[in-house]
Amino acid sequence: MTRVGLIRLAVIVAMIGALELACQTGLIRHQTIIAPSEMATSLYALLASGAINADIERTLGIIVIVIAVSIALGFALGLVIHALPRLREALDPLFATYYAVPIFIFYPVLIAIFGLSPIPIVLIGVATAVVAMIIATLNGLDRVPRVLTKVARVHRLDAVTAAMTLQLPAAAPYLFTGVKLSVSYGFIAVIAAEFILSPAGLGRDIADAYSDFNNRRMYALILFLLIVATVVNTVLHALDVRWAERRSGGRT
Amino acid sequence: MNAVARDIHAQLSAVTRIFPGAGNQPPVNALGPIDLDLRKGEFFAIVGPSGCGKSTFLEVLAGLQRPTAGTVTFEGKPVSGEVAEGIGVVFQEDASFPWLTVWDNAAFGLRRSGVADAEVRRRVDDALAFMGLKDFARAYPSQLSGGMRQRVCISRTLVLQPRLILLDEPFGALDAQTRLLMGDEVLRLWRSTGATVLLITHALDEAAMLADRVGAMSARPGRFIEIIDTGWPRERDSKIVAEPAFGEITGRLWDRLRGESLKALGHAGMTTTAAG
Amino acid sequence: MTATRRATDTLIIAAVVLVVWKILHEIAGSTALPAPLATMAYLVHLVPTTRFTENAAATLQAFSLALLLAYGIGLAIGVWMGAHRLSGAVGEPILVVIYSLPKITLYPVVLLIFGLGISGKVAFGAMHGILPVALLTMGAIRAIPQVYLRAARTLHLSSWQTITTVLLPAALPEVFTGLRIGFTVTLLGVLLGEMFASKLGLGSMIMSDMSLAQSEDMVTVAIILFVFAAIANALLLWIEHRLHRRV
Repeated sequence: MTRVGLIRLAVIVAMIGALELACQTGLIRHQTIIAPSEMATSLYALLASGAINADIERTLGIIVIVIAVSIALGFALGLVIHALPRLREALDPLFATYYAVPIFIFYPVLIAIFGLSPIPIVLIGVATAVVAMIIATLNGLDRVPRVLTKVARVHRLDAVTAAMTLQLPAAAPYLFTGVKLSVSYGFIAVIAAEFILSPAGLGRDIADAYSDFNNRRMYALILFLLIVATVVNTVLHALDVRWAERRSGGRT
Repeated sequence: MNAVARDIHAQLSAVTRIFPGAGNQPPVNALGPIDLDLRKGEFFAIVGPSGCGKSTFLEVLAGLQRPTAGTVTFEGKPVSGEVAEGIGVVFQEDASFPWLTVWDNAAFGLRRSGVADAEVRRRVDDALAFMGLKDFARAYPSQLSGGMRQRVCISRTLVLQPRLILLDEPFGALDAQTRLLMGDEVLRLWRSTGATVLLITHALDEAAMLADRVGAMSARPGRFIEIIDTGWPRERDSKIVAEPAFGEITGRLWDRLRGESLKALGHAGMTTTAAG
Repeated sequence: MTATRRATDTLIIAAVVLVVWKILHEIAGSTALPAPLATMAYLVHLVPTTRFTENAAATLQAFSLALLLAYGIGLAIGVWMGAHRLSGAVGEPILVVIYSLPKITLYPVVLLIFGLGISGKVAFGAMHGILPVALLTMGAIRAIPQVYLRAARTLHLSSWQTITTVLLPAALPEVFTGLRIGFTVTLLGVLLGEMFASKLGLGSMIMSDMSLAQSEDMVTVAIILFVFAAIANALLLWIEHRLHRRV
């Protein structure tokens, strides 16, 4: 590991250690924050007992659906919009403002329409993530060098082969950024929705544990979600960085 | 001896510059030992292969870097860790400030030195007119070409009326024809200000055309292999490239520097082919 | 693309949105989703009521405080991490990871620390805003060309002059982008906080509307927030473009 990486690890360990110490010595009250070691043991116990398996399945399941739909739909819409420049110009202000407004504020409206089921959660999740994928797709298709299209014609490739063998690989790094963002936004939206109002799921679990003053359970669940989100995002980010070298034209 | 001493504008004695290595890397011996007497009012050019330490030389002379050993003096006074009053520097990279107009860019340093407003206005207008930027005073650098942006940087230096002007490969990013024309500009500038000019370049023809004396610098660590007197008259311009003497000077420079350039390529990790 | 054609295209898009809305209204019924025209009419009636102004004032108060904190702390962190190479190298990935986490999971912790009053919302909103401000400020400072610093020395500027007249203007466009994004996420943070655990504020107003099946009220408030955010963002974007234009 690099020197910087070691320092970073040391900083993180030091911060967790400080929290642990503060909790153990009573500097931080048990009713406010429990010690990290206690969070970990509580989480282990929770997972081992299988008590939250159903909720894990439900939440992660919804997240996976949201991500898959967002990526597929976002990519498809991106392709279509890219092929229709006039439509794209008209939608441009929408894309520019989309992430500037709190889309999530419409979640209660969706509940009013569709009732208390996974549907509004999936809808708000997709609504949050899909536009990032569309924008990334548009960007990626923009960045396909024109010369590649000429190469395709010189080699007399049909449209589908050209798309698969030339344009898709050329656009891939940008598409991947869209994937990364869709995953991140999907996570955030689904968990926020479950937390605010949902019949079941890990987010709802945390909210319940909070109102029940069940700190051990609450922190265990929080830890679980943070770990999952961190691992997924970190892996995607590392891949994205590797692809970024391609984006900068191969010159670092 | 005294008359000669009075003529010396800046002096470097036994100057070396060693960069400490980063991490486990060995230290880099970038420059020296250098001995040079810059004569007042002369135009001195330094030519050498990439990475030989030319820019380091300029920064040490300007006071932007301290030498590891040796002394640097300007107008008889030692040059320490800051840029002395009377020295102007034009850098290789574009140092024009994009958020200011051309006029404000040129006025920038002068305004902060406490000179009266009327004097500032006069000097800036003169400098911009001299550099051919009068019509662009209200424009922003982003609207100008690379060559014009360099002229903005030169204007910013000029208004401070420096007695020693240091130019670090100022025309590196420009095409060949523009460089020749900019060379004429620099000569015009040199004659009308009467300043001592030190120009760093990697282009042999540029050095041979512009300078009274050309210092050929070796590959790293940079030392002067030879200092050639060009003997050009003060009133000269780019047309001297047609003179036979020009060919002789560039030929002699290349003769001295060819080997050094090969060494510099070797430093960069490329192998040279067997001499044909 | 002429200006008039673009204007008509935008109107067409707006018309499509309204049509879709009307169709959804027909399908879902007005207890779920009110019709567009009815909503517009309701909006005019709602805004002057004390109920609305009180809640709007509460949200605005929490939002302003959160924004001040987010900007202040974010800028400080960003400047430090931008100027101090090692801290930046160590800290940036940590900030990036936190940025992509579902911070709503930490809201209960915030409530336990700060209590249920306004401080909880402010802290939660600030938590959101600090990150983009810090990250973009750090990037802006790192991106300042080294030659500017050398030029400042050759122009005999003092350290203070260098910071205020060279570094600040050079970094300003990208820093401002951070401020704009910070505005958006801080607002979202405050609203989320209100939606979950608050008696006062537009976010909680929407939640209580939903439980009381007051769909007209709910949709109207959502649209008001929507429009507010859109206009604010457009304004900040305009300023940002003017800053970037010169660079």
